[in-house]
Amino acid sequence: MAQVVLDRLKEHFATEILETGSALGNEWARVRRDAWRAVCEFLRDDPVTQMNMFIDLTVVDRFGREPRFDVVLHLYSTDKKHRIRLYGGVAEEDPTIETLVSVWVGANWFEREAFDLYGVRFKGHPDLRRILMYPEFVGHPLRKDYPKEKRQPLVRRDPGRVD
Amino acid sequence: MGFDAITGKLADAVNWARKWSLFQYPFVTACCGMEFMATAASKYDIARFGAEFPRFSPRQADLLIIVGTITERQGPALRRIYDQMCEPKWVIAFGVCASTGGFYQNYSTMPGADQIVPVDVYIPGCPPRPEQVLDALMMLQDRIQRGEGHSQITIKAEKGYDVPIAAIRPIGHKTEKSEGK
Amino acid sequence: MADHKLPATTSPATRRVVLGMREASDLDELELPSETMPLNMGPSHPAMHGTVRMVLEVEGEKISSADIQIGYLHRCFEKESEYATYTQIFPYTDRLNYVSPMLNNVGYAMAVEKLLGIECPERAQFIRVIIGEISRITDHLTCLGAGAMELGAFTPFLYNIKFREWLWELLEELSGARLTHSYCRIGGVVADLPEGFGEKLRAVIAKGREVLVDVDKLLTRNRIFRDRMDGIGIITKEDCCAYGVTGPMARSAGLAYDVRKDHPYLVYDRFDFDVPIGSVGDNFDRFAVRVEEMYQSMRIIEQALDRIPAGPVMVNDPRVTLPPKSETYNSIEAMIAHFKLIMDGIRVPPGEVYSFTEGGNGELGFYIVSDGTGRPWKCRVRPPSFANTAILSKVLPGLFIADVVPTFGMVNMIGGECDR
Repeated sequence: MAQVVLDRLKEHFATEILETGSALGNEWARVRRDAWRAVCEFLRDDPVTQMNMFIDLTVVDRFGREPRFDVVLHLYSTDKKHRIRLYGGVAEEDPTIETLVSVWVGANWFEREAFDLYGVRFKGHPDLRRILMYPEFVGHPLRKDYPKEKRQPLVRRDPGRVD
Repeated sequence: MGFDAITGKLADAVNWARKWSLFQYPFVTACCGMEFMATAASKYDIARFGAEFPRFSPRQADLLIIVGTITERQGPALRRIYDQMCEPKWVIAFGVCASTGGFYQNYSTMPGADQIVPVDVYIPGCPPRPEQVLDALMMLQDRIQRGEGHSQITIKAEKGYDVPIAAIRPIGHKTEKSEGK
Repeated sequence: MADHKLPATTSPATRRVVLGMREASDLDELELPSETMPLNMGPSHPAMHGTVRMVLEVEGEKISSADIQIGYLHRCFEKESEYATYTQIFPYTDRLNYVSPMLNNVGYAMAVEKLLGIECPERAQFIRVIIGEISRITDHLTCLGAGAMELGAFTPFLYNIKFREWLWELLEELSGARLTHSYCRIGGVVADLPEGFGEKLRAVIAKGREVLVDVDKLLTRNRIFRDRMDGIGIITKEDCCAYGVTGPMARSAGLAYDVRKDHPYLVYDRFDFDVPIGSVGDNFDRFAVRVEEMYQSMRIIEQALDRIPAGPVMVNDPRVTLPPKSETYNSIEAMIAHFKLIMDGIRVPPGEVYSFTEGGNGELGFYIVSDGTGRPWKCRVRPPSFANTAILSKVLPGLFIADVVPTFGMVNMIGGECDR
């Protein structure tokens, strides 16, 4: 039902859209990393797509695959009522991608969370700091190689006791 | 009738007054807060135990009820609030997350609030029914009557004065004599 | 800063004497050197709405900037769900938005069912709608009750909790727990409605309407309540789209987006209900939208109780359903199937899906990435409270410190959902 969005994207960004598809009722497109913000601005401003509502931004850790991280963005149009999911592949050695704060202000907190839990940095973000974990925390906990039960306590009653 | 009989009765009377006029500080974080609200509301009425009105300043409270999951990030705040309370003070760990961490055993939750504050009564349940909470309150009242709250138990330190066992040092802190509390 | 405005007919000399200043016009341009004071509304505060830390920079009573720090209830839903089977995640979803737990259960179950390509039976869909709307009512009751209590109105809080207790008793009869039910399963619900549930629910709704009328009499035209809520914390439709704000907050600003109407799921398209839309986008609009939504939820429940069909409540698919106990104890195939479903989990085919429903606070989305085993590779919740709280850093500057309390109350930030 959002095929019109995919067609429009392929029309305007022939080289930057690497793949598109539609599965289980969701349409998706894979975007080249350096065109991330340009594609999003187009989706917001184009009169056919009109993706004015920012829904969600998260990261998937495809551990063992290159590029390791996929930044996943969900967008919605309140007038046309269609949705799309965008993927931006981000490599582990250089986990940066452009920020979307200038396109939708609400991306601010979602990008901070992605940085906090996965370590993906957003170029141009006004205030990239941890949001769910505390500043003294070391590491990015939702990565697949961070053990689930590794705590970094801030304060303990009995310093000799560990958990 | 010696002097002890009078002070004994006085201690009993004071403890009786303490247990029926608890000023609670509900440190509410999560879902157990909903059951706490239900306990404080009209059907399960914690007011009949004298513990109705929450004192939202730790300086004025004597019962710290830790309701809900405590995360590592929350630790310093909870410890500071506990330290700001005046003696005698009691702590109830409400819910299984505050008692042991519950089914949240991960990098961010503290496995129980007793990692940082000494707890008098633990209430299991996820969330516990209000009847359990009232039962725990009555258990606490029995302890108060006997004068056995953790903040009232002291050890005789080497220097000869009483030291409460609820002592804490932050991680990494080094003292000259670090064995013993 | 008092407003010493004298009538313009007084002579300049009189004004100078009365105001005691060298130049009467100085009063309007008086600029004293000052700096803002940081004020910490810390992680534990009396506005009993979960733990959040707001570091406000204030000039006098006016807030000049607000830094909202969340994360004090980060319980690692995503990390835990990577280690749990699909059915074991249901208790974790209960504790996301813990005032409307059934809505989270339903949302998550629908997401996994989409990946599996199954649909639960019709009776189960009706049941999911009924319990979802009951949860929505409890969500709004808690929000409005606690919000009113923070402004000093204790009685509406007690009335709302009384109504909530009746609903919780019914849900306890249904699922065994008052608050965190874990009642849904992949493919349906765990058990059918008990005997007499429909009549009891109708009776509770009838009594509940009277409670709502009582609360309305206490609050809606209350001078103090209106003064503290009207015109405070206004958000616009464009802000809502930019921040991703949905649910009662967006609808109060005029954005007509309700997932139940725009993208109907389960059997919502068969019911006749309205979606209240506000006009101003202030705190009072959010309050009124929630009250009206409760009435609409009660309408949906009554229609659903009238039309609910008979039938099974769990899909009859051996990939997802546990075999009946009589077979499990008597035949080896059923026992092995039971064992595999519990230990390995439901084997979901590899794929990714984003499934969204209308939660208590807005669009509750579940983005699940499956790798073919019984445990998800990633199970992400798109939390409506997260976006709703983010907009506070834009709304709060310019308000007074005392306005933070009703504004934050009407945002209905649920810590379990915002921090996950």
